[in-house]
Amino acid sequence: MMDILWDSPSPLTANELKDALVKPAVSPAHAKPLATTTVLTVLSRLETKRFVTRDRSIRPHAYTAVMTRAEHTAGLMHEVLGQVPDRQAALARFIGTVSPQEAETLRQLLGVSSSDSA
Amino acid sequence: MTTTALLLGTIAVLLAWPVPVFLARSRWPARSPGVALVLWQAIALSGGMSMIGSLLLYGLIPFGNALPQSLVALSVDLRAGTLPAGTSFTHVLALGAAILLVGHLMLNLLSTFVRAERQRRHHHTLIALLSDPLHGQPGMRVIDHPAPVAYCLPGAGNSATVLSNGLLRLLNADQVRAVIAHEQAHLTQQHHLVLLAFKSWHSALPWFPIANRAENAVALLVEMLADDRARRVVEDYTLARAIALVGFAQFGFSAPGGITTSSAAAESTTKADAAAHAAASASVGATPGHPADQVSPRVERLVNPTAPLPWTATAGALTVAVALLAGPAYILLGA
Repeated sequence: MMDILWDSPSPLTANELKDALVKPAVSPAHAKPLATTTVLTVLSRLETKRFVTRDRSIRPHAYTAVMTRAEHTAGLMHEVLGQVPDRQAALARFIGTVSPQEAETLRQLLGVSSSDSA
Repeated sequence: MTTTALLLGTIAVLLAWPVPVFLARSRWPARSPGVALVLWQAIALSGGMSMIGSLLLYGLIPFGNALPQSLVALSVDLRAGTLPAGTSFTHVLALGAAILLVGHLMLNLLSTFVRAERQRRHHHTLIALLSDPLHGQPGMRVIDHPAPVAYCLPGAGNSATVLSNGLLRLLNADQVRAVIAHEQAHLTQQHHLVLLAFKSWHSALPWFPIANRAENAVALLVEMLADDRARRVVEDYTLARAIALVGFAQFGFSAPGGITTSSAAAESTTKADAAAHAAASASVGATPGHPADQVSPRVERLVNPTAPLPWTATAGALTVAVALLAGPAYILLGA
């Protein structure tokens, strides 16, 4: 659902979203049709999580994504790269932050080992 | 009880200062990181137990000569609202400190775990929305970002290993296999639990210099353990190069040219790499106060491998760990 909202140039209503969800799906004919209320339930959950916002001035309400996909990714990577304080508890990175001095040590370590093997 | 309180206090002081400093400075942990990790946990647990035990025993001196008897006397006096004769201010202070310390450490452990769990769930939601599964690899996700990043996200039943597009472009197939094996080892060996316990200890006692040192040492040992698992899948040098490439990428300069012989051509810097370097260096500034040298020791032991500790030394170290836990417990219960 977020993919459709991200790809859409304008705000979408729940009905439009439902149509977009059904269309590309390779759902066979006997698949249970998607109810608009289901879409609305998911939308309200996404709204609580502040992924979407709704325009209440028009009827039916139109929904837009709060941030673009790229903005979400940037925020996520910001978190992953440890620039948000106290955020490193939840995950373990392959390589933590490397200081310039340490990068130089790494270069020397690998340089030395190659001359040994050559 | 005075002597046992003093004995436990001495053990607590030894485990709070000289012993961890000695362990942090010694060089053998790089040879057998698993053994060192066990020792660190034993030191932390034993140190905490001794400190709390010595405060408790000292505070209980006016209530009786043995621990069970004095605890009963304390509960009777608490209900009566009286204090036995000879109770001094320092006794009450020690008792209060023991109780506060236990409560503080427990609450901190709980809040650290709860907070990490909340972050993890939030992160899982974002990952599910923003990343795509890696073809044919269950539990693997790929996120579209130029910075070369790999990390694992533990979780009961839904743990995930996340790789960035930048990483897949930067590393060759063998190096990616090394990274994946490394991250999977973190997940299967439940390293996040150890890390969280030490993180909570550090955040509970931020003024305690050893807590910081212990947290860094444990973080490094856990990485070495995961590296050892990756070494079973790929050559040591492949892993070392993967670590170095990802590390260098943070600064926007590529690995030194010509250090490999045959594979260098395949890894020549492409436009995509350059873009990854630029993006990574733009977004990853040097974090002030970040513990230094958490990466180069890992590479050092890969390019200059040393044999693991002989079994006698391993057995000796594990015996010390058991003694560290059993000793204070025996003293405390026998008091």
